Amino acid sequence: MTFIKPKFRHPLLPKNKIGYYKADYEGAISTLCAGCGHDSISGAIVQACFELSIEPHKIAKVSGIGCSSKTPTYFLGKSHGFNSVHGRMPSITTGANMANRDLIYLGVSGDGDTASIGMGQFVHVIRRNLNMVYIVMNNGCYGLTKGQDSATADFGSISKAGSINPFEAIDLVGLSLELGATFVARSFSGDKTQLVPLIKAAISHPGFAFLDVLSPCVTFNNNKGSTKSYDFVRDHMEATATIDLVPEEEEITVAYPEGSTTSVSLHDGSTIQLQKLAPDWNPTDRRSAFNNLQSAKAKGEILTGLLYINPESQDMHELVETVPSPLNSLQEKDLCPGPEALDKINDSFR
Amino acid sequence: MEPTNINDPEYFHKVVDCQFACPAHTPVPEYIRLIAAEKYTEAYMVNWESNVFPGILGRTCDRPCEPACRRGRIEEEPVAICRLKRVAADNKGAVKHLMPKAPKEKNGKKIALIGGGPASLTVARDLAPLGYDIHLYDEWHKGGGMMRTQIPSFRLPESVLDEEVNYIIDMGIHTHFNHFVSSMKEILEKGYDAVFVGTGAPKGRDLNIPGREEADKNIHIGIEFLASVAFEHVDKIGKKVIILGGGNTAMDCCRTSRRLGGEDVRVVVRSPFETMKASPWEIKDAMAEDIPFYNNMPPKEFVVENGQLTGVIFGNVRAEYDENGKRSLIPTGEPDVFMEADDVIIAIGQDNSFPWIERDLGIEFGKWDVPVLDKVSFQSTLPKVFFGGDAAFGPENIITAAAHGHQAAISIHQFCHGNDVYDRPPPMTNLIRQKMSIHEWIYDSPVVDDVRYEVPHEDKKFTLNDRKVEVELGFDISTGFKEAQRCLNCDVQTVFDTTSCIECDACVDICPTSCITFTTNGGEDDLRGRLNAPANDRSQDLYVSDILPTMRVMVKDEDVCLHCGLCAERCPTAAWDMQKFLYNVTKAGHTCTK
Repeated sequence: MTFIKPKFRHPLLPKNKIGYYKADYEGAISTLCAGCGHDSISGAIVQACFELSIEPHKIAKVSGIGCSSKTPTYFLGKSHGFNSVHGRMPSITTGANMANRDLIYLGVSGDGDTASIGMGQFVHVIRRNLNMVYIVMNNGCYGLTKGQDSATADFGSISKAGSINPFEAIDLVGLSLELGATFVARSFSGDKTQLVPLIKAAISHPGFAFLDVLSPCVTFNNNKGSTKSYDFVRDHMEATATIDLVPEEEEITVAYPEGSTTSVSLHDGSTIQLQKLAPDWNPTDRRSAFNNLQSAKAKGEILTGLLYINPESQDMHELVETVPSPLNSLQEKDLCPGPEALDKINDSFR
Repeated sequence: MEPTNINDPEYFHKVVDCQFACPAHTPVPEYIRLIAAEKYTEAYMVNWESNVFPGILGRTCDRPCEPACRRGRIEEEPVAICRLKRVAADNKGAVKHLMPKAPKEKNGKKIALIGGGPASLTVARDLAPLGYDIHLYDEWHKGGGMMRTQIPSFRLPESVLDEEVNYIIDMGIHTHFNHFVSSMKEILEKGYDAVFVGTGAPKGRDLNIPGREEADKNIHIGIEFLASVAFEHVDKIGKKVIILGGGNTAMDCCRTSRRLGGEDVRVVVRSPFETMKASPWEIKDAMAEDIPFYNNMPPKEFVVENGQLTGVIFGNVRAEYDENGKRSLIPTGEPDVFMEADDVIIAIGQDNSFPWIERDLGIEFGKWDVPVLDKVSFQSTLPKVFFGGDAAFGPENIITAAAHGHQAAISIHQFCHGNDVYDRPPPMTNLIRQKMSIHEWIYDSPVVDDVRYEVPHEDKKFTLNDRKVEVELGFDISTGFKEAQRCLNCDVQTVFDTTSCIECDACVDICPTSCITFTTNGGEDDLRGRLNAPANDRSQDLYVSDILPTMRVMVKDEDVCLHCGLCAERCPTAAWDMQKFLYNVTKAGHTCTK
């Protein structure tokens, strides 16, 4: 078996704007099962970071425990990383983000790591609108412990062993919308044309960007009757819109039929261009996101694409008014400005 | 695009770039793997089946395979295929018992072969085991043709040549050595069932400029000079030697001169260095023997004083190309240059020559006085006469001569049995799964990073003093192994099964060279424009699948596939499989008689 990916690459592959090849964003060869959806998501992350021309050392990958949380080894080999405790990725990311707000935080989690053991941390990090990308590689089962149903397994979904899930599923997308997440999207590991621009938009979004990515477990949950298999997801996928992220310096060139397009401007000057597939959906209206989500569910469809974005998003640093420089760079004189500064503060209360 | 028909043997054959480029279609990766497994005898026999002269070609081949090698497209240098062939030849065990023997019972057909070079010997090799009575005519006292007369011993030791020539001669060939055939009519009158002409391109071109006649004693024609040296009629040359010409013969002449007493030996070429016809490695070897090259200098006059050659006057030109790429050499106006010389060797090309074939026998000759031949059957306009090697379509090389010989042998076999010469046997092909267990392959799938290994050379102080000391020493066993491991195993094909694919993208994600794309179908131009990596080389095919459930197709650009097997390892449903493709050009007698 080959454990080493050959170093040779296609000789004509382009560099990105900052002179990196796509290979510079790759990681070690995956040890997940062959055909695992998670590997495709890793591939999409590599592609998105390459296209956005992010310097690899400007990214920190953070994960918990599980198949999904192993993946940071398999992408962005030159970036920072922290493989933390089960379900505790949000705390670690919060701490890191408070210390250094200049990095891009890419949190990777699974349905177990998020919807079971990590649920408490998940809901609070949404509430605080921490500036991070939170990707759930959602396969509806505990793949690392032989495929038991997870908390996101749909009611009635049949496991590989043949048992029918008697419990209702936690819908992470609905939950994060309810909790006020400022960027909510759902996608499918087998659809990179949708997933890559969503990851790019999530990285560009200032605040908590949540991406629920259906990612079939080929080994334990790709059987007939499963609602998280490649075939089932492909057959039941519906998209809100096709999405494209246009960076600030580029002109919008793709022309769509009038009335069907919407664009959302982001803080960093880039624009999310959407060609709507659901006519009554408005990406900046939370209520329309709920409505579309519920009606798709009622029809037995899986709604994917960007579901909701708040262009006015204020991340945690803005909310708690921290200083612009990373806290880890503050020196003693910044933190202890001396008696004169204290007097000034005290005077202001008099 | 239409789905690729992988049942067409030529599709996967084309993916094996080296084998496809080889005129004799030697299964290169197959024997390279055998070398890595230290099975030198087997590796030698794979070669011998295809190209008849592995030891000779392992030293002297023009190597059309190497520029074609896929490795050369992903890094600086291709696999040293030619040198590996020599590793097989140098380290083989007994092989003679593995070769076919001429049966005691003959088939009653008599064949004449005119010329004892590689083309004729190949015909003999293929037909003798089928029971043909074979008569080989050559003007020299031994077989080998141009391999003996034009390739110096420091590149090809006589022992290697004799060994491989004798494997064939010993198949009961009736040799008529020291017999210069001066009349085709005489041969035809002897009642042969077929005649094969493999007389090469024996006429070296001359250069008729002022002083040529007066200086004749010190002006030599390249191939004649080499033959005289080979047969020890010439054993010394002047101290100052000028070689005119930039081809491989010129390289052999200058290096031979260095060994016969030439101290100031220089090569003067009328065209630029970059367009010289000699193989790059032969130029490199000449330079390593302190031979300077003077380019863009056409000879104008041989200078003779008191009946003795004193030197050559050269002009100065530069090359200019018109919009059709046609070159013309424009004088620069710089003053002419005089170079001193005791001897001059003219090596500016060679031609076919058939003064011995009477023109009233029904053998038609066309432009440039070359015979009119069928490109497939090598049959002339006189049905029982066939041509091959340099004699057929002009000067090529040994490997092309061997390829011609195989094809002509098929034609002769068909012809002698009253069959249609165009009824030719298809190639033997085979496609075998390489799976050993889960993610374990029979072949060494990991791609090594090693760069091409240099072949060691014998010290100049020995080689320049004795023209029979071989310069190249060949790879030792351990270097041979390491070089063999550089082979990408392009014959282990990536075979795709549309019905098993679940479109999980695992192969796309893992492919190191971004060869694989899943996309909607389209015309070839359109598809090439939207693959994951540029697919500009149209000589490399796109492998297109049937329509998949998502209405897309799998498109694989064969161009820089590393054949590393990672797509198959990452495939959960074995829709990708690694299968070894073997393609053997069928030889005379295998299936072609009814």
